[in-house]
Amino acid sequence: MAGIVGYGAYIPRNRIKVEEIAKVWGADAPGYKKGLMLEEKSVPSPDQDTITMAVEASKNALKRAGIDPKAIGAVYVGSESHPYAVKPSGTVLAEAINATPEVHSADLEFACKAGTEGMFIALSLVQVGAIEYGLAVGADTSQGAPGDALEYSAAAGAAAFIFGKDKVVAEALQTYSFTTDTPDFWRREYQYYPQHGGRFTGDPAYFKHITGAAEGILAKAGMKPADFNYVIFHQPNGKFPFRVGEMLGFTKKQIEPGWLVSKLGNTYSASSPLGLTATLDISKPGDMILIVSYGSGAGSDAFIFRVTERIDEVKALAPMTRDLLDKNKVYIDYGVYAKYRRKIRKAE
Amino acid sequence: MRDVAVIGIGMTKWGELWEKSLRTIFVETALLAIDDAGVDRLDSMVVGCMSSGLFIGQEHLTSLLSDYLGKNPVPAARVESACSSGGLALRQGFIEVASGMSDIVLVGGVEKMTDVTGCEATYALGTAADQEYEGYHGLTFPGLYAMMAVAHMHKYGTTREQLAMVAVKNHENGSKNPLAQFPFKISVEAVLQSVLVADPLHILDCSPITDGAAAVILCPADMAKKMKKPVVRITGSGQATDTIALSSRKDMAWLESTHLAGQKALAMAGQKIGDIDLFEVHDCFTIAEIMITEALGLVERGRGGKAVEEGLTAHKGKFPVNPSGGLKAKGHPVGATGVAQAVEVVKQLRGEAGERQVKGAKRGLTQNMGGTGGSSLVHVFEAD
Amino acid sequence: MPNPSKYWREIPQRYRLEAGKCTKCGFVAFPPRLVCPQCGNRKFEKTKLADSGTILTFTIIRVPPHQFEDQAPYAVGIAELDDGVRLTAQIVDCDSGILKIGMRVRIEFRKIYEEGAAGVIYYGYKFVPA
Repeated sequence: MAGIVGYGAYIPRNRIKVEEIAKVWGADAPGYKKGLMLEEKSVPSPDQDTITMAVEASKNALKRAGIDPKAIGAVYVGSESHPYAVKPSGTVLAEAINATPEVHSADLEFACKAGTEGMFIALSLVQVGAIEYGLAVGADTSQGAPGDALEYSAAAGAAAFIFGKDKVVAEALQTYSFTTDTPDFWRREYQYYPQHGGRFTGDPAYFKHITGAAEGILAKAGMKPADFNYVIFHQPNGKFPFRVGEMLGFTKKQIEPGWLVSKLGNTYSASSPLGLTATLDISKPGDMILIVSYGSGAGSDAFIFRVTERIDEVKALAPMTRDLLDKNKVYIDYGVYAKYRRKIRKAE
Repeated sequence: MRDVAVIGIGMTKWGELWEKSLRTIFVETALLAIDDAGVDRLDSMVVGCMSSGLFIGQEHLTSLLSDYLGKNPVPAARVESACSSGGLALRQGFIEVASGMSDIVLVGGVEKMTDVTGCEATYALGTAADQEYEGYHGLTFPGLYAMMAVAHMHKYGTTREQLAMVAVKNHENGSKNPLAQFPFKISVEAVLQSVLVADPLHILDCSPITDGAAAVILCPADMAKKMKKPVVRITGSGQATDTIALSSRKDMAWLESTHLAGQKALAMAGQKIGDIDLFEVHDCFTIAEIMITEALGLVERGRGGKAVEEGLTAHKGKFPVNPSGGLKAKGHPVGATGVAQAVEVVKQLRGEAGERQVKGAKRGLTQNMGGTGGSSLVHVFEAD
Repeated sequence: MPNPSKYWREIPQRYRLEAGKCTKCGFVAFPPRLVCPQCGNRKFEKTKLADSGTILTFTIIRVPPHQFEDQAPYAVGIAELDDGVRLTAQIVDCDSGILKIGMRVRIEFRKIYEEGAAGVIYYGYKFVPA
């Protein structure tokens, strides 16, 4: 059965605290922290972008997969912050990991769901036998507009998954996608920052699509929430995953191992994928995992994975997600943050 | 091979020469040398210039400078070896006369560096390094020499103060040189308090950006005697290359190309290093002078820092190094430096160095270096 | 503004650290060469550099060339990789207190610089503390 053969994460080491951002804009830090369950978020260094993080996450995935990169038949990078508007991130990644030239590559975008889209396509190609292994990465260095609510959560990170049929670490039992046209959050071409519909991004967007996908996959698989050891939802803030989990009948304990957002922020296309890598890091053979992503615009991809015996052989072969999150952090202030994120207008 | 003499020298004031173009600077200087030599013809011209293309968008100096000197159709060559372009021009001119190919040869060096911004000048100078594997990663020349300094300090205990003392000594000498860019004294404190360029090198550890030229006229020694000129001969010439990238050197705290070029030049001259009375060397950065004194054999390997501290290389020391003020005080118009070193040595050996005169100087040595030591040119001079 | 060709040509070295190993004396040339500087042999086999090493020397560049203006000050160093090959690169993610000769580093894929707002983005290798 096809599934995940290797997985890897990458999180930059810079962090900025909610209080630091709130101080500059005269906002209510305790209010944000409590209301959104956010404490701090990751910030990419000026020499990091979606591509560099995708490469490092993919190298970590290769360490766990233990395969010859030339056997990878497809490379997909899903992001809403691809470094180029036209020129693929996927080709740089494919060259860097030595998968070229006999490889298919494409860049994907669908707000925060672009990572799981790549996973869906890579998995499907493996399942039909079109390719031996497929690599899918969700990576983002998304921007929040200065002073906007999203500035507190827009963060950076990457998660990579290699799919295949042998040496599987987590079998893919089921997939399901739920999609509608819902303009809850968007960015027009040539605009620097996105716009969003405020409270409209809640019930008609995030909650509708996640519950739609979750209920859909559970029905298709003939399973219920209690059958799962872990569930990972897209994490735009700390509260939404618990709320949707409660709505669907999942417990806090099932959600917590993959819930990174309060210390990481929302890594957009890497959000639920990093929740998955963190969960795999602590999983045991036989564990059932449900992951449901969400991308504004809008849609959700759901996957059911069953962890195999092989998980214990590969966990320690690359950095663990929680180590990347908790260790080696360096805190920066808003000035350095604004400089790194190019929010300061410089001379031409 | 014939004996080769230097019968004319020329140098104008160096500095930020806003009003003068490259061709003006070169011609003014060349005319001084030609007049000093009292010659009315040239058989050949060799010019050292590192990067007129990047600095002023001008190549084909062979045509430009022979034209503006009024010497068309004289055969001319422009040679390049990064910061040792001048020393290389001297060697090529020497070979032409020594071989009998030409009799009267003008050897010049020139660089016009101030028509670009500081950042662009840093980039142009950086082309002396490995562009793809050093420059690509953001290395600059101060950065490369700083890494050499760190390696030297780690291996031998050389101190920042000892580095600063090289600059202080050279400014002490340069304060007596009216043609120098910075003819004034500085202190060790001033060096250590000046802004850091690449740790541990401060701005006062680094030679400056300069416009300037220098020129000499070479001819067979017999001809010089017939012309009743004070005869200063070039008795030895040595050149050696080394790896382009610092990381490829066997020992990053040692200048092998200078060591080899020095040995070759001294062997040709039939001299030992102890026979030489004064030295004009390539102090592009203070650490460079320390490493050069070791590579030439003035001091034991690793003792270059101690030596400057003990005054060994001061004007009145056992081995006067850079009586002209060196690159630090005199300036460093890249392609001109190697020729200006020869101008100073010849002046000293003629007894015409005024306040800077090293008493009784009979033999001198110039050492000119490119990049982080990828090329070295050493010449030995002797007064008859 | 140079053609992307100069950058593209070195991609196997910049992205994958591909080197050449002399078939006669084993000297590893990075970047690959046509002539072995150690024994003069002209045959090489493809190899890849090790991905970690030890810092031999370093500095912090405060006056940068113009493409790196935004980045200064930044640390650069020469490391001896675990296969004996020496490599020059920036050292990042490194609190200045721990920068010293003998520190262990590993290689990470990073952005080197961008050609303004509209030009090519240049990628390559940098050292991070191991």
